[in-house]
Amino acid sequence: MELQYQIYGNCMVVPMPVEVDHHIAKTISREIDFLIDSRNIRSLVFDFKKTDFMDSSGIGVIIGRKKTMDLYSGQIKAINLRERAKKIFLKSGLNKIIEVEMEEEGMKHDRM
Amino acid sequence: MTECNHMKVSFDAKSANESLARMLVAAFMTEMNPTLEQMDDVKTAVSEAVTNAIIHGYEDETKQVELCCDRQEGQLVITVEDHGVGIPNLEEAMQPFYTSKPQMERSGMGFSFMEAFMDKIEVLSHTGKGTKVVMWKYIERENDR
Repeated sequence: MELQYQIYGNCMVVPMPVEVDHHIAKTISREIDFLIDSRNIRSLVFDFKKTDFMDSSGIGVIIGRKKTMDLYSGQIKAINLRERAKKIFLKSGLNKIIEVEMEEEGMKHDRM
Repeated sequence: MTECNHMKVSFDAKSANESLARMLVAAFMTEMNPTLEQMDDVKTAVSEAVTNAIIHGYEDETKQVELCCDRQEGQLVITVEDHGVGIPNLEEAMQPFYTSKPQMERSGMGFSFMEAFMDKIEVLSHTGKGTKVVMWKYIERENDR
């Protein structure tokens, strides 16, 4: 799997995969950590627009990166949460730990 | 006539098989005519149980994880079993946010998610012998009543 990380200055957008599980989480975490270090990233945005499955491994990825960003006084945010990711965020309370933007109405219509 | 079905699968304890397990269970329960949300809930719980078996049960990827699905009418019973190290303190392991592997960035939400997304779960574990997780989900549709 190849994720297209988008880097703008010290901000990076991580396009989360369709299915976020432990298998993929190992790779994502490793790649993000490498880019945070090498590209001096201080603002991290997880884009969930494609994600239709997520288990607790995804929570581990985000909490782990939040700790790193806290260390650098950086920022972290999750955007475009669809139904499934939203449910996981709410059940785990992750929405209270990091800033979250739910899916925009416009995007829902685009997919239909 | 009672609608019954049974499936038993065994696969290597590799993380690549987590998605395989989810797909198998989703395909098995399709016939029960679940809502999309019920199906996703079950997939999440299965993913948690299988991930636990792979990460904690074994250090060896060639060992096997067993997955069983049983359907009796609207009742789905899923069993995930490994023959690995077992859980020494089950009560502690089932606490939300508890993880025996903090270095692996596990959130410690696995059992909490299984409980939250299924109707009932039971965990049996013996140190040195393995762990068995049994999970129940009742799939009843409004239009069936």
